[in-house]
Amino acid sequence: MSALLTVAHGIPALLAEGKDNPSADFSDTPLWITVIKALFIFVYLLVSTLIVIWFERRVIGRMQQRPGPNRNGPFGLLQSLADGMKSMLKEDVRPKAADALVFTIAPLITATMCFIAFAIMPMGGEVNLFGHRTPLQLTDTPVAVLLVLAIAGVGIYGIVLAGWSSGSTYPLLGGLRASAQMISYEIAMGLSLVAVFLYSGSMSTSQIIGAQKNLWFIVPAFFSFFVYVITMTGETNRLPFDLAEGEGEIVGGYFTEYSGMRFAMFFLGEYINMFTVAALATTMFLGGPLAPPGIAAINDGMFNEGWWGLLWFTIKLWLFMFMFVWLRGSLPRVRYDQFMKFGWKFLIPATLVWVVLVAFFRGAQNGWLGEGGVNFFGRTFPVASLALVGVVAVGALIVGWWWDSRAAAKEAAAADAPQSSIDPFAGGHPVPPLPGQTLAEPTRTAAAIRSEAVTDKEAIRG
Amino acid sequence: MSNAPGTGEAVLFWILGPLAVLGSLGLIFAKKAVHAALGMALTMIILGIFYIAQDAHFLGVIQVFVYTGAVMMLFLFVLMLVGVDSSDGLLETLKGQRLATAVLVLGLGGLLTAALGSVTYPEPAGVKSINEETGNVSAMAELIFGRYVWVFEVTSALLITAALGAMVLAHRERLGKGRNQRDWSKRRVLRGEYVAGLPAPGVYARHNAVDTPALLPDGTPTPLSVSRVLTARDQVTTPERYVEAEDRIAGQIEEDSSR
Repeated sequence: MSALLTVAHGIPALLAEGKDNPSADFSDTPLWITVIKALFIFVYLLVSTLIVIWFERRVIGRMQQRPGPNRNGPFGLLQSLADGMKSMLKEDVRPKAADALVFTIAPLITATMCFIAFAIMPMGGEVNLFGHRTPLQLTDTPVAVLLVLAIAGVGIYGIVLAGWSSGSTYPLLGGLRASAQMISYEIAMGLSLVAVFLYSGSMSTSQIIGAQKNLWFIVPAFFSFFVYVITMTGETNRLPFDLAEGEGEIVGGYFTEYSGMRFAMFFLGEYINMFTVAALATTMFLGGPLAPPGIAAINDGMFNEGWWGLLWFTIKLWLFMFMFVWLRGSLPRVRYDQFMKFGWKFLIPATLVWVVLVAFFRGAQNGWLGEGGVNFFGRTFPVASLALVGVVAVGALIVGWWWDSRAAAKEAAAADAPQSSIDPFAGGHPVPPLPGQTLAEPTRTAAAIRSEAVTDKEAIRG
Repeated sequence: MSNAPGTGEAVLFWILGPLAVLGSLGLIFAKKAVHAALGMALTMIILGIFYIAQDAHFLGVIQVFVYTGAVMMLFLFVLMLVGVDSSDGLLETLKGQRLATAVLVLGLGGLLTAALGSVTYPEPAGVKSINEETGNVSAMAELIFGRYVWVFEVTSALLITAALGAMVLAHRERLGKGRNQRDWSKRRVLRGEYVAGLPAPGVYARHNAVDTPALLPDGTPTPLSVSRVLTARDQVTTPERYVEAEDRIAGQIEEDSSR
């Protein structure tokens, strides 16, 4: 009861902290600087897309022991430019059965929505821009991270409508897959971010970055990071989760009927979406523009200030890009039903349990579950948190033991089951085993004896 | 504190307001169900933008997130399965329905206008001061988990019950095991019909497709060889053209001739 009372008293205290509103200060940012920043984000994303297409093809090439594009420009750097020109000059085909209006709108939705979410990403610290002090971030709101999810939800319309409006079967299947897949993975994605909101006490990106000055959230919210990385691959339709466009199953999925510039818009949208989810992961778990630990301590946090942030942000972003490419280079596509089962039956429930756990840890940090802490390496850990870790560890051990013993019992039962084995050559003619039968490998000696016997017969006949 | 909208907000309203009206008109008048759903999604997004413009950030983003991102998407998911070409029939099924609708709509409109026109509002408090003091999300959370906690909990219990009820009512448990390939083949052999399976659809030198029925030894097409879905859709062709073409070629060949 007393714990409950402390909780009830604690809520106004939390409210008084006032972490809701962004900590980034936009008071010295006139409209024209905002326009310049918007333009900068646009150019940054377009150039990054051009580079990442080349990067992906080169890295996958290395992984498959071939050079990759190496003809246009130094190291083939101009290859994506040439590809872009090609799609601009290609004929733009619209099928007769297509719904003309929606067929045109769909790629536009995808190609425009992907840029919006980047507006709230903090790409650096406060800098001096033409005589004004302004953060390297286009804007920030108290619900910035939710805005990213909402924009992603609208962006799905592009893919779904493309699938529907093409008036053909494979695109429709791709569109249906995309809507089901992206909605179910967005649930797990939103849930995984809840832990970060709990730790930082805010949904504004600048506050979240500020809360990571001491410790990046990848450490306390490691499971959330794990879930987020999986869902962000599902959300962007990348291998191994590119079921909406699985070319082995449904030709090209939702963009089967698209060509020329309209197809290029989907292409652009997919890559910029990759950058967006990676930037969100960077912001939420890897400290965004904060310098890596160690470097951050040099010269009183010199590397955490100003333009340096852009460097750290870009490096972290490209680490995720490399991961995307690595996944594509090494994993096969998963089966659709397994993919949905994984999302609904593992990711969502596991993340729910994790969020409840984090809420308890957070309560312990606020001292709602009793005072008293233990000092380790200069950090104070509340006794209640440590007790909780102990309970979870014991629970995991018990579940693991139960799982193991069940598996062992199953194996023993399977071993006890009568197994009839057949000799495939018993009747002189090779016979495949029936279900439930195992094949007794014929030995060389047996074959030799039999052949001797046969020669004997021949001899008699002869 | 003045509550008059600023220039930016006024411009936003006069651009997006007509668009929202257009979207809602589209919902009513569009012939294709998907176009109607799109009109509704547009209206919802614009409503969300209006909320944000009036400093209700959380409400605005949740409006886009939940209604456009989830609810409308589910609608669309179902509508997409209806097919590209299907549009609602414009035939009146209930007699005099349009006239009754017009009367009712005008009546409701008149009632609402009269009622809303005579309302006097107190000076609006504005969300801005709350946003600056407690913060938009925290103030919202305080209301949801404080003052209105029972309302929300009861509503969520109701919704979960409804969802579970729909699942229980719609879900059909399979009684017993389904037949597998082995069982089917055993059954075929026991019954002594189509022991080798149904005949495959027509294989001709010129036309090799699932919509062409196979020919029996006496030359008649067998409907057993074509999928019943194609038959229901009336997409089955006759093999006659190909048979005639083959006969023509066969007629050109003379016995004992060499080329």
